[in-house]
Amino acid sequence: MSLQAHRITAGHHGGEPVLTNVSLTIPAGSITGLTGASGSGKTTLARVLAGLHTPQHGHITLDNKPLSVAVPGTVAMLFQSPRQAVTARWTLCRIIAEPLRTRRGRADTVHATAQRVGLTDDLLARRPHQVSDGQLQRACLARALVQRPRYLICDEMTAMLDPATTAALTTVITEETRSGLGVLAISHHHGLLEVWADHVIAWA
Amino acid sequence: MTTPALTLDGLTVRIPTAAGTVHAATDVDLTLTAGQVHALVGESGCGKSVVGAAICGLLPRAATVHGGITLHHPGSVDVHLEGAGARTWRKVRGRRIAWIPQSAATYLTPVRSVGDQLAETCRHLRSTHTPVALLTRVGLEPAVAGLYPHELSGGMAQRAAIAFALAGDPQVIVADEPTSNLDPDLTEQTLQLLRAAADAGAAVLLISHDLDTLPAHTDRIAVMYASRIVETGPTAAVFADPWHPCTRDLLAALPSGGLHPIPGMPPTLTDLPNECVYHRRRPAPGFSGGPTYIAQHGDRSVRRLIGAVS
Repeated sequence: MSLQAHRITAGHHGGEPVLTNVSLTIPAGSITGLTGASGSGKTTLARVLAGLHTPQHGHITLDNKPLSVAVPGTVAMLFQSPRQAVTARWTLCRIIAEPLRTRRGRADTVHATAQRVGLTDDLLARRPHQVSDGQLQRACLARALVQRPRYLICDEMTAMLDPATTAALTTVITEETRSGLGVLAISHHHGLLEVWADHVIAWA
Repeated sequence: MTTPALTLDGLTVRIPTAAGTVHAATDVDLTLTAGQVHALVGESGCGKSVVGAAICGLLPRAATVHGGITLHHPGSVDVHLEGAGARTWRKVRGRRIAWIPQSAATYLTPVRSVGDQLAETCRHLRSTHTPVALLTRVGLEPAVAGLYPHELSGGMAQRAAIAFALAGDPQVIVADEPTSNLDPDLTEQTLQLLRAAADAGAAVLLISHDLDTLPAHTDRIAVMYASRIVETGPTAAVFADPWHPCTRDLLAALPSGGLHPIPGMPPTLTDLPNECVYHRRRPAPGFSGGPTYIAQHGDRSVRRLIGAVS
């Protein structure tokens, strides 16, 4: 089982393609690290894999089936800057619950997922401006995990975090891979990927 | 020879908010020495940025400040900055103490070119430098002067911010996480520029999460937890042999330390008890869980329980 990018060519606003003919396989149940220079197209690939950017050529498959027919929520994404990835007026509780489409068991699911990422109940009632970057990124991880995704794309998710929060979040994600989650971890930080990822792809 | 450029003496900052009083900094003793780069580290929300803001006079208006912030200058009178008014700060800010923000591009006016804004800064500070000379000093092409902030890459913007800070030849430079948005090459360049500023005589305070880069680029380190400094010392010595459990846990959380998470979460700083609270994260016998003091051993110091056997 894997999430695969097949010969992706992608760019922005009709300019030079950022990615040309790129293929990549993210196996389930493990962490694939991706590192490379700024501007090498790592973020564009992440967005293509998460279905947020349409490539000019190439396609994405999930277990050999086109991604377009996959159930929404099978691929989740974590961004570098959590403040730009949440609705500023919502409470953390509502932010985490957003991907859930049914009301049944919603409170329990949110509560359990929040606990999983180390967010206490009093923090769930707060809004983004009342918590730190680290706490907000924890909420973003909870929002990603609450829909039980099969794959998680992390685009520089630790760049703004302190070492303790980085260690906490990477540990939670590693534990999720034991139950089958496939992870693409994009980072400038070679040292982090060497320790955290099961295998590392380095782009020149 | 070490000349103190700025000393914090029992700096305590309280900020009243709707949710309660924020214990933003408590009993912070810190000496910034001319010619040295000092690192200030700790978890998010532990009060690092507040210490930087207090040094630069950028605290919220409602904040109350106790303790001393003293700016020294060889051959002239010390300036006491605690509770200083706008007049004093106008003479100090930019000229004697400069600040380098985290996302540099957002601090520039978007509709004016970099050179235009840098020229205004130089004029305002009566700087002896020209914008082009400052840009060259931080490794930017003179042509960058004609660019608008949105045309700068993250690395260029960060270097431009350093150029703005150097305009007034400050004796103290506070850099608040200047490298957190940069890749390793640009991080290296930025830290080398801070080192060059220190070599030219400034005292640099570098607030950073990027602990791996610190042993090579900083002389001294101070570790904060929940508004208090828990350990200080030469960076290499502290990394080789951390004394306080908080420092040990931070280093063990690094990839090079094995990515071990610290149990629990850092406390919110509203209504903390008036003592070190690290024991709530992890039992720390001898270090936390009662009244504490700073034990000084040569050029290192560590916060310990009063009465603990060392």
